[in-house]
Amino acid sequence: MPEAAKISVAVAPPQQRRALVELRGLYIIWYRDLLRWWRDRQRILPSLVQPLLYLFVFGVGLGASLAGPRTAGATASAGALGVSYTTFMYPGVLAMSVLFTSIFSAVSIVWDREFGFLKEIQVAPLSRVSVALGKTLGGSSVAVLQASLLLLVSPLVGVWFTPGTILAALGLLLLLAFTLSAIGVAVASRMKTMEGFQLIMNFVLLPLLFLSGAFFPLANLPLWLAVLTHLDPAAYAVDALRRVVLASAGVPPETLARLALTAPSGEPLPLGADVAVLLGFSLPALALAVRWFGRAE
Amino acid sequence: MDTIMTEPRGRLQDLSPDGMAEADGVAVVRVERLVKRYGQGAQAFEAVRGISFAVRPGEVFGFLGPNGAGKTTTISILCTLLRPSAGSAFVAGYNVVRQPHQVRRSIGVIFQDPTLDNQLTAWENLAFHAFAYGVPRAEARQRGEALLRLLELWDRRDDQVKTFSGGMKRRLEIARGLLHQPQVLFLDEPTLGLDPQTRALIWGYLLDLRRSTGLTLFLTTHYMDEAEHCDRIAIIDHGQIVALDTPTGLKARVGGDVVTLRTEDNARAAEEIAARWPALHPSLADGELRLEVERGDQFVPELVRGISARIDAIQVHRPTLDDVFVKLTGRQIRDQEAGSVEQLRQRARLWGRR
Repeated sequence: MPEAAKISVAVAPPQQRRALVELRGLYIIWYRDLLRWWRDRQRILPSLVQPLLYLFVFGVGLGASLAGPRTAGATASAGALGVSYTTFMYPGVLAMSVLFTSIFSAVSIVWDREFGFLKEIQVAPLSRVSVALGKTLGGSSVAVLQASLLLLVSPLVGVWFTPGTILAALGLLLLLAFTLSAIGVAVASRMKTMEGFQLIMNFVLLPLLFLSGAFFPLANLPLWLAVLTHLDPAAYAVDALRRVVLASAGVPPETLARLALTAPSGEPLPLGADVAVLLGFSLPALALAVRWFGRAE
Repeated sequence: MDTIMTEPRGRLQDLSPDGMAEADGVAVVRVERLVKRYGQGAQAFEAVRGISFAVRPGEVFGFLGPNGAGKTTTISILCTLLRPSAGSAFVAGYNVVRQPHQVRRSIGVIFQDPTLDNQLTAWENLAFHAFAYGVPRAEARQRGEALLRLLELWDRRDDQVKTFSGGMKRRLEIARGLLHQPQVLFLDEPTLGLDPQTRALIWGYLLDLRRSTGLTLFLTTHYMDEAEHCDRIAIIDHGQIVALDTPTGLKARVGGDVVTLRTEDNARAAEEIAARWPALHPSLADGELRLEVERGDQFVPELVRGISARIDAIQVHRPTLDDVFVKLTGRQIRDQEAGSVEQLRQRARLWGRR
């Protein structure tokens, strides 16, 4: 058996390689998520159908009724929003795509539990930080890749990106994806079965979507609803995305200010505040994901 | 290569029943008064009730017992997936509670149910493992190839695992479990649900690997024939070790051999035996006479001389582990119904068949 010589019992590697080992572990967990996404690529196009339906059927239909009867010569009336409804909704649909993909990527942990692979991760000599961070980054990368395909339809809704605004939009999408993936990983770590996960998702996913301002402006809401929207991390991402995207569609700043998420003072929140709040959500979510992931009973 | 395996086998049989005294210090797995309790108060349930044992390097050590005896709980504690309620456990010299990282690095684990990623190829599963365990790339490639060739999966390395049969998945898991050169390979019911040929094949590989690398194998099983491959067996029942010895030693506890013979006139032979050896009580079943004697090999020549009826067939068999388990616990280890995951696995295997 000549092969056996290469399969001997070895000594443990030196301690100083530990950091590198953790980094490689994190990388492979991230890479596996991307590989599985790519291997399943026949499902990528169908998964774009839902956001496109929202944008072009729901958006165009609702937009037409908001704009009132068509007047001769005008192709798309601005209506009360000061901007066509499809254009208004576009950043919301980008955020929606990220929302669904991030959370459903986290579901893969529950699948891994069901099909056993989770144990391979749990007995590996990796820290929980590497594992949870790898999982969170894997989910967010897939979500951003998926959403970036929706950037291709931007000209159809009157949005003309420049390289700079594309980068800004991708950055915001990544930040949102990271926050939601971390939440998803934390929740999925606690879930033993698929049914439990779906139950939670109905109580988490849809509220996050409806409170995010993806479909309506968050200005002039009754107090209770305004309070709830301000608790939704996705609302800050939609707000920031909307500024970047609508500016690319040539919407004047006054209109933008009217559509923006407001501070308690009633002033529109600056872009930096949106980003800061998102970061404020993402770090505790990540801490929770690390804490809940694969702890020994 | 080390010399562990060239040590005479008789040495292992000299161990005291729990193996503690001799194995102390060199033990690759050492467990002391280990307890695992689930739940609290009146509903508390002790799955493992104060067990102690030690496993020597290079040994094939088996945990034999019915489902629910505490085998999987013990293996989960040794693999750092469960925390013990009391007592201590050391693997490769590391404490499983205080040094889980070092323990994980030193062990390979093959769980009862497959833990492969079916979407990935065999090679990708190995690559994942190599990265997760910090095996350098060149080393992983070389050893991965050697292992896949040894386990006869090299030609299938680029196929997705979902196309593999149950036996192929098990072999791939063995290859993966050895990729980072562990000192101990834990196997929880390694051949559960596999057909007899596949089971024999997998045991062939495992014993080859043990012989060539000095690897320690720690396994749980409720298959008697599988337990026969072990150097020593701990029989576990209701969370306690009821016996720990070599298979031969365990069978010696039953005492004596079983002799069966078929003659042209069984009734006459039985009379002659009863007349000549009053201590024996021959019983007739299925056209065969059964006798229980101290030393079958010495008794058979006497028997042949002592009866006048023509003997058509004669057989001496040693007591089986089945007999031992019955004697120690008063029950038989029965193959229990496959659990839901196992059923899922079998269904998946049917689908996966090419």
